[in-house]
Amino acid sequence: MKNKYDVVIIGSGIIGSLTARYLSRYNLSVLVVEKEIDVGMCPSSANSAIIHAGYDPKPGTMKAEMNAKGNRIWHSLAPELGIVFEKTGSLVVATSEDDVSKLKQLQEQAAANNIPGVEILDKEQLKTREPLINPEAVAALWAPTAAVLDPFGAVLAAAENAVANGVTYLFETEFTDFIIDSGRITGIRTTKGDFICRRVINAAGLYADEVTRKAGARIDFSITPRKGSYLIFDPMKITLKNVIFPVPSEMGKGILASTTTHGNVLIGPNNEACDGKNDTATGEDGLMEVFNGAKRLIPSLDLKNVIAQYCGVRAKGNGTGDFIVEKASEVQGLINLLGIESPGFASAPAIALRVIELLKESGEKLEEKPDWNPVRKPFPHFHRMSNVERKKLIAKNPAYGRIVCRCEEITEGEILDAIHSPVPARTYDGIKRRTWMGTGRCQGAFDYPRVIAILSRELGIPAEEVTKKGKGSELVYRGTKECAQ
Amino acid sequence: MNTTYDVVVVGAGPAGLAAAIEAKKTGAGDVLIIERNDEPGGILPQCIHNGFGSVIFKKDLPGPAYAYNFIEEAKTLGIEIVLDTMVLNITPDKKITAANSRDGFLEFEAGAIILAMGCRERTRANIRVPGDRPAGVFTAGTVQRLVNIEGLMPGKNFVILGSGDIGMIMARRLTLEGANVLKVVELMPCLTGLRRNYVQCLQDFNIPLSLSTTIKRIIGKKRVEAVETVKVDESLNPISGTQETIACDSLLLSVGLIPENELSKKAGVILDPLTGGPAVDENMATNINGIYAAGNVVTIYDLVDYVSKAGMIAGTNAALYTMGKSSSPKYYRLIPGDGVRSVVPQRINTSNIALKSSSTEILIELRVLHEFDSKVFIDIMDGDKVLYSHMEKYARPAEMITLRVDTSKLAGATGDLTVVVSSK
Ligand SMILES: Cc1cc2nc3c(=O)[nH]c(=O)nc-3n(C[C@H](O)[C@H](O)[C@H](O)COP(=O)(O)OP(=O)(O)OC[C@H]3O[C@@H](n4cnc5c(N)ncnc54)[C@H](O)[C@@H]3O)c2cc1C
Ligand SMILES: Cc1cc2nc3c(=O)[nH]c(=O)nc-3n(C[C@H](O)[C@H](O)[C@H](O)COP(=O)(O)OP(=O)(O)OC[C@H]3O[C@@H](n4cnc5c(N)ncnc54)[C@H](O)[C@@H]3O)c2cc1C
Repeated sequence: MKNKYDVVIIGSGIIGSLTARYLSRYNLSVLVVEKEIDVGMCPSSANSAIIHAGYDPKPGTMKAEMNAKGNRIWHSLAPELGIVFEKTGSLVVATSEDDVSKLKQLQEQAAANNIPGVEILDKEQLKTREPLINPEAVAALWAPTAAVLDPFGAVLAAAENAVANGVTYLFETEFTDFIIDSGRITGIRTTKGDFICRRVINAAGLYADEVTRKAGARIDFSITPRKGSYLIFDPMKITLKNVIFPVPSEMGKGILASTTTHGNVLIGPNNEACDGKNDTATGEDGLMEVFNGAKRLIPSLDLKNVIAQYCGVRAKGNGTGDFIVEKASEVQGLINLLGIESPGFASAPAIALRVIELLKESGEKLEEKPDWNPVRKPFPHFHRMSNVERKKLIAKNPAYGRIVCRCEEITEGEILDAIHSPVPARTYDGIKRRTWMGTGRCQGAFDYPRVIAILSRELGIPAEEVTKKGKGSELVYRGTKECAQ
Repeated sequence: MNTTYDVVVVGAGPAGLAAAIEAKKTGAGDVLIIERNDEPGGILPQCIHNGFGSVIFKKDLPGPAYAYNFIEEAKTLGIEIVLDTMVLNITPDKKITAANSRDGFLEFEAGAIILAMGCRERTRANIRVPGDRPAGVFTAGTVQRLVNIEGLMPGKNFVILGSGDIGMIMARRLTLEGANVLKVVELMPCLTGLRRNYVQCLQDFNIPLSLSTTIKRIIGKKRVEAVETVKVDESLNPISGTQETIACDSLLLSVGLIPENELSKKAGVILDPLTGGPAVDENMATNINGIYAAGNVVTIYDLVDYVSKAGMIAGTNAALYTMGKSSSPKYYRLIPGDGVRSVVPQRINTSNIALKSSSTEILIELRVLHEFDSKVFIDIMDGDKVLYSHMEKYARPAEMITLRVDTSKLAGATGDLTVVVSSK
């Protein structure tokens, strides 16, 4: 295994992966180390999936700058990377006159942050935009540049494009310490051995505080995880056209109702204490809080139509609460990305480009590769195709004719693509996140046996070693009773 | 394979097989069954326990044997069955699209269509069990397939949520395969599956059942490590202080079945919110001319024999339709009244019951709303007038009641009919 790189990125969330993708443009050897078995496991794949317009952060903050810039970049980056991206726009809904004055404040903030097209809609205009809105709503702030995307798909696309341009990803590889020589980082230690490098980018998300402490930098910075739970609804039963927020409070943007790029209604998140950074358990009280909160926006929501629930963990930093994007001053060779909570996803491309600037300022000569390919083509998505396209696809490769997931109409061909992609799926959940298999009404009840068989065949491992999300999450543990011969 | 068929059946389960066979026997020309599994029989190949066929064969058969009889007959009659093929869409003018990896993308036109897609299981999310999301949470039917078809054991120590039939049958099956079934917990104060399964699958194997109990939380980051149960009161609210943590590696859900009707909706078929399946008449005709439905796609049946019978009715009438032998009917509705949760069919052809002389039998399947532990009467009423009455020794929501009603009994009906249950 190669153990010498120019730059090491810790973490393969949206920040680490987009940074890798932008860095892949230059003549540098880049390594991404990720402790999990796949890219962007959490929170980059468990969030509200909104590319916020940018009126929300306080003017003058890093959050405000990165969000406004990030939103603009996403509009051209998403098509370049083949990311499913819906330009929904967003609404902040007022239910009282008091709320309306808050909308006006937000509109002023939007102007200060340079957010285009923000206006206030009256009751009638609101009703036309979102027929299911609570009839008690009196007005709404409309921000046309807000969008939703498939968050895991976005992380994956960035990672695949980075790999296609020469970046190396190592999974199940946990950063444990820095190697520092007279005030300068010369490498890192991981659970898979040491790697020599000049620069380290700390994109460890929830764990970024622990990473920076190992370098003796920003030792006062700490992250307190806070949970947010979500409910997802059957798109056959209810759909929404917009991202809909309540009027924000000191507690944050509040419980929203939105649409996923897949057409499901998504509601959440609440704000709960965590039992550690890997606590993604949902609780009945939290889920009911989410439901009751969202019902104030969309009264016709019905618990009967819920098809999934999940929970994301926020990387809430202490201090001002603003993003920290900087060259560490205590040690040379470290770039710290700390406290990247919401709107971290919306801001991600701007943060990644800022990292490139910081590297230049540190004296890295970034020479562009002549053959850099910024375009990543998505794999075929049978469900979204016309009949003519489907016919062609199956004629090309018959595996696309075998439907494995009945609710989402995911074919064996798509599962094989996921397993053999530049950033390969090696688990049931890995396939699920790449293809949307098992995310529909039956939640995988139908495809489990079939997918176990495919993973076992393609990875050349026995069924007993097929996992849901890495070692320890095996799905079956032995064959049925052996009969005596 | 042709591109046009007189009758196309979606699903080769007991309903679809019986429908295709009767359609052919009634005189339909080319009959095709499209099935997404790699073998015909629907859910039956994985139901290796016995308990099938008591009505039709007067025998106690295992599922595969029951299916075998129909599969052989279908083959003998020259019915085409195309396997490993998923139907993707059906239009109201009876065009069908499907796909497989052998023939590619397929398009058919049908004279008549019979919907026989069966049902799917309710999942963890449907009942919102909170907690972690580790491996080891399965629906009972999935485990039945893993164990009985794939030969794989998905766990060692199981807790089962729901006293539905599949859950109880799997409790026994897993025990026989060497796993420990620690407990079956049921939210309701009564069993939701058949009593005979409780006796044969739980009692005989000393598997404890806790009624009025539910799972409050799933614990385990990678694989299930434990579940937390809690007792519930009469209004199904958790009683604090009754939590109990059970260490286990698997949670099996047997919390109900939902008719599988995404295709029906695409075809414009109207569903009955009480059953979740197409609203049909006694010929199993839906609201769309030439589209019929039968089996678990219409309503969840307890006994496969009545699924086959419904299939036969659908098959006969679909064939008659393609042969131009059905007229556009007028209907009286059949409405669930006091004590009744759902009724199939939801409407009856007036011409069928107008003829006093004819005496054809129609099947009416119903479920009651709550438990009646002594004698009950099921009456079909025309206003205040009782046209038909039937007595049962008891009635439970878990057990479907089948009425075989002679249409002459309903003659003289003047409008919509109501089905009521009372202990008089
Ligand atoms: C509930 C919720 C809702 C949100 N909604 C939105 C939204 O709608 N819009 C928006 O813009 N933002 C939203 N956010 C914020 C957004 O999700 C985050 O800002 C973003 O995902 C952060 O990405 P990241 O790459 O910094 O972190 P992460 O996704 O946490 O990635 C860090 C990676 O580093 C890895 N790692 C950590 N430690 C180590 C180690 N020692 N060695 C190796 N690897 C390591 C982790 O496994 C992880 O994969 C939301 C966040 C939450 C929690
Ligand atoms: C565990 C279990 C135990 C049971 N025990 C008993 C018992 O002891 N005695 C008894 O009498 N009954 C029993 N039953 C009930 C009986 O098995 C069912 O009532 C019966 O199988 C229903 O038949 P069906 O044809 O409606 O549906 P199914 O058997 O489910 O068949 C539907 C078929 O349609 C196919 N299909 C669906 N959608 C498509 C599509 N889009 N394209 C192509 N094909 C499609 C499916 O693959 C399936 O093969 C049991 C059921 C279960 C699940």
